[in-house]
Amino acid sequence: MSGPITPTRTYYCVFAALIALTLATVFVSFLELGPWHTTVGVLIGVVKASLVGLFFMHLLHSSKASWLAVLAGLFWFGILMALTLSDYLTRHVLAY
Amino acid sequence: MSTNHAVLAHHFENLEQQRETETFGMWLFLATEVLIFGAVFTCYAVYRLRYPHDFEAASARLNILIGSINTIVLLSSSLTMALSVHAARVGRQQMLLTCLLLTIFLGGTFLGFKALEYYEDYREKLVPVLSFDPGEWTKVEGAEGPVNPQRVQLMLVFYYVMTGLHAVHMIVGMGLLVWLVAEARRGRLTPVRYMPVDIVGLYWHFVDIVWIFLLPLLYLTGTHHTSDLHF
Repeated sequence: MSGPITPTRTYYCVFAALIALTLATVFVSFLELGPWHTTVGVLIGVVKASLVGLFFMHLLHSSKASWLAVLAGLFWFGILMALTLSDYLTRHVLAY
Repeated sequence: MSTNHAVLAHHFENLEQQRETETFGMWLFLATEVLIFGAVFTCYAVYRLRYPHDFEAASARLNILIGSINTIVLLSSSLTMALSVHAARVGRQQMLLTCLLLTIFLGGTFLGFKALEYYEDYREKLVPVLSFDPGEWTKVEGAEGPVNPQRVQLMLVFYYVMTGLHAVHMIVGMGLLVWLVAEARRGRLTPVRYMPVDIVGLYWHFVDIVWIFLLPLLYLTGTHHTSDLHF
């Protein structure tokens, strides 16, 4: 990455947000949410991962080529997940 | 310009282009890593959706205190890694060395806690085949009747495969950091040649992101109680 040098202050702020979100997600696991723990946990995880990617990994100032690699990785992961689950989650629909 | 010539490989036009290529190469590698972990995550999703109550019951028994502490340790190591990149770019050699050593120390702390956790899991009979008591689980009530010990073992296998694969990546990352420390001590990491720190940083942060998702999927999927907070 040859973009601007990120000031240390940005890193400290992002770190504080990451720690706050970690404490929040652990706190939520003590509540009686039944089957919703995974959903809430993964949503908070997406926010945390975005913070790490955008600021620690400098995606905010990265070239389009880097974004292309990131989006390609996520896109293929999406295909992997969607096609696999569209099979397993619909098996009970058809009698076979 | 003499330093620039030493850093610039002959097949690149200029440093800007070289750095751009190095970054792109690392991101391509990380895209393949997404698919390695993605396959395991997809497999987890299939069984998590098929046997939800057994997975929640097994998750509730995992050590949430060690899992949470390790998350904070790993996020701290990402901060020191990011600060290493900053130090290399502004040419602060002492800060660079300190931050790199701190990152190695925090990575080692993570693996130490992980080893302690595996040992505790073994003592609490949470290791399929090696140390597991099916009779204990037939008495556990899930949301819809008693849980199935076989499915609990399946969830635990996911726990060991996912955390194990993650730990292997941590060990590789620590090896790369040791190399960076050697480079820094030789004075070979400068504001002109800072890319090795930047590239290893990308890898280290990626491994951190994997853990960010392992925490909710493995540890936080079941409901915990404050009495679970112990080592």
